[in-house]
Amino acid sequence: MPLLENGRLVEDTWHYAIEGEPLGNGDVIVPPERLSEGLGRTAGRLGVALPNGEPASSLKAALPKLSLVVVTFPIFRDGRAFSQARALREHLHFTGQIRAAGHVLPDQYEFLIRCGVNTVEVAENADLSVWTRNLKQFDVAMQPSPVLDEKPTGFALRRLLNRAG
Amino acid sequence: MSTETMTRAEAAPATLPVGHYGYDAVDRAFLRERIEQFRDQVNRRISGELTEEEFKPLRLMNGLYLQLHAYMLRVAVPYGTLDSRQVRALARIAREFDKGYGHFTTRQNIQFNWIRLEDTVAALEVLAEADMHAIQTSGNCIRNVTSDEFAGAAKDELLDPRVHAEILRQWSTLHPEFTFLPRKFKFAISGSPHDRVVARFHDVGLIARPGPHGRPVFEVFVGGGLGRTPIVGVSLRDDLPEEDLIAYVEAVLRVYNEFGRRDNIYKARIKILVQALGADEFRRRVEEEFVAMDRARYRLEPAIVEAIKARFGTPDFAPESNAADVLAQDRSRDAAFDAWVRTNTHEHKVPGYISVVVSLKPAGGIPGDATAEQLDLLADLAEEFSFGELRVTHLQNVVLGHVRQDQLHTVWQRLSQAGLGTANVNFITDIVACPGLDYCALANARSIPIAQKLSSRFADLELQREVGEMRINISGCINACGHHHAAHLGILGVDKRGEEAFQITLGGSGEKDASIGQILGPAMSEDDTVNAVARLIDFYLVRRENGERFLDTYRRVGTAAFKDVVYAPA
Repeated sequence: MPLLENGRLVEDTWHYAIEGEPLGNGDVIVPPERLSEGLGRTAGRLGVALPNGEPASSLKAALPKLSLVVVTFPIFRDGRAFSQARALREHLHFTGQIRAAGHVLPDQYEFLIRCGVNTVEVAENADLSVWTRNLKQFDVAMQPSPVLDEKPTGFALRRLLNRAG
Repeated sequence: MSTETMTRAEAAPATLPVGHYGYDAVDRAFLRERIEQFRDQVNRRISGELTEEEFKPLRLMNGLYLQLHAYMLRVAVPYGTLDSRQVRALARIAREFDKGYGHFTTRQNIQFNWIRLEDTVAALEVLAEADMHAIQTSGNCIRNVTSDEFAGAAKDELLDPRVHAEILRQWSTLHPEFTFLPRKFKFAISGSPHDRVVARFHDVGLIARPGPHGRPVFEVFVGGGLGRTPIVGVSLRDDLPEEDLIAYVEAVLRVYNEFGRRDNIYKARIKILVQALGADEFRRRVEEEFVAMDRARYRLEPAIVEAIKARFGTPDFAPESNAADVLAQDRSRDAAFDAWVRTNTHEHKVPGYISVVVSLKPAGGIPGDATAEQLDLLADLAEEFSFGELRVTHLQNVVLGHVRQDQLHTVWQRLSQAGLGTANVNFITDIVACPGLDYCALANARSIPIAQKLSSRFADLELQREVGEMRINISGCINACGHHHAAHLGILGVDKRGEEAFQITLGGSGEKDASIGQILGPAMSEDDTVNAVARLIDFYLVRRENGERFLDTYRRVGTAAFKDVVYAPA
């Protein structure tokens, strides 16, 4: 699946663990129930796909050893993953990659980034120009991001959105 | 030009609108960007790139509903305050894009019921020219923040809540975390001990009062609401300091976003979560989140509040020394005017001034409707007599907040000539009604015709004065947009074997004595319901004691006697 970072396609070095098969040595994303198996490996980086209903704090113990957490949108209207991503950054100080997967709209791209997500899995046939456009739609936000240190602009709570790409 | 230079260029605007926040170039650029985003979404829907399922929440967050016969555009009126220029823009939309009228809602907004999809971007552009929008007037996000219709004017007010309402508006606008909530989320804020915002029936209700060091503190109610499951909100905090306002409401919303139900649309409001967890456990989770937050990051500094406040115009009161005498003389000379003053005005904090409630409930009329011509007149009157400011009430009337008492008679004459002089505020014909089955795809019954019949039935002003304070609210289905549960006498439209029918509820109140109206008995036809209301009123007039309101008599006498009036065989 194409992977977007800062509005650009990037190479995806990660693969999802396949049920019933060994994890292998590469960069692998496991479900929480295979976390200890993943942590027992000696080679390759480890990521976890956090189920939608699970609190981010369930990963607290493992987080220092994780390089990636996937937050999932079963449908774009279900906004719990925004709070999961935000909590991973804000409360658990996770500095690795947070990836959004599932049913996400380009119209949500800025929200994702401002909640701490840095990569997004998009559909194979996605029009990437729409994603790029949405990233540059607004110059300002009306409130501080809970996780990014955006520059205040003007007065009040506004923040300058300084987008690359 | 960067946004920063634009901000500096507009740092000292010539005039600011009285009663609401004055936009600067950054706010205007933001609205333009939002319109471009919506234009793009409409195009992507037309091209098929967006499915209708995907487009729907996006258009709803721009205030665009698909109703029974057409699209409806709901325009945001933040904290219910408009200026004359904005009211004229609304009149223009009524003329150019609708059938010549608009409809004021119980959320202090205005909606247009006959909009074409292809006109919506143009309509949003007309709004943007007047610093208005339709952002988050629908959808599962933080909705328009409502406030007291007498804010900044009422004698009983402790502080003007609109500055904090504006802060909440800005903070919640396209909030990255809270734009796809389990369900809609409504704030109301008041700065008066006399709750005129129905704070206890909101997802979050805030009552502000002065606190230490000249900064306000807030009582925070959470989990109130009407709809299918009417619940009075619980008080989570009595003394929330201003600097923690944003942090605390973020904590409330985080708990809701994480734990609120998403499996059943009818169980998804925060009130259901608060009830399911219990007030104590809900409070504990909010506090747990609140203490874990880096509060410095969210601190609402006094300087921020003052910077927002500085963009509110303030009325330059210059009362005539004889204003009260002039008003007294006008009243003694003109009985009809005197009757109107008694019902349709509210005491002002500045001697020589008075607040006017303009009734949008003429005899036999549609509650909350205003024509383009009436909107233009209201804009003119606001400009000439009330510092250019007009407010919308949650009871679907409008308010001229600051009228000089010696000019009141002129204002009344001008209103009366336009059919806006009805002296019935808080009387039995001051009816609240949702759009009902005439417009709404969710409704089971039409709300407007029964409102009109009741309004005609009780049109006699002598009778209305005799009945006294009386609140009738009508909802066309159990979603309760007409707030029937919060009315002394509520009417709920139901579907009875394919026929429209109406249930009566009694004993509700949205004020400090908040209570939920109880169903009196089986549903009846429209005409039987109107007759039943008439019998209930007759019964009350016989049974009331020393100046009791209908609600007081009902509470004292009890349900059974009132039920017999409607259902017992004669």
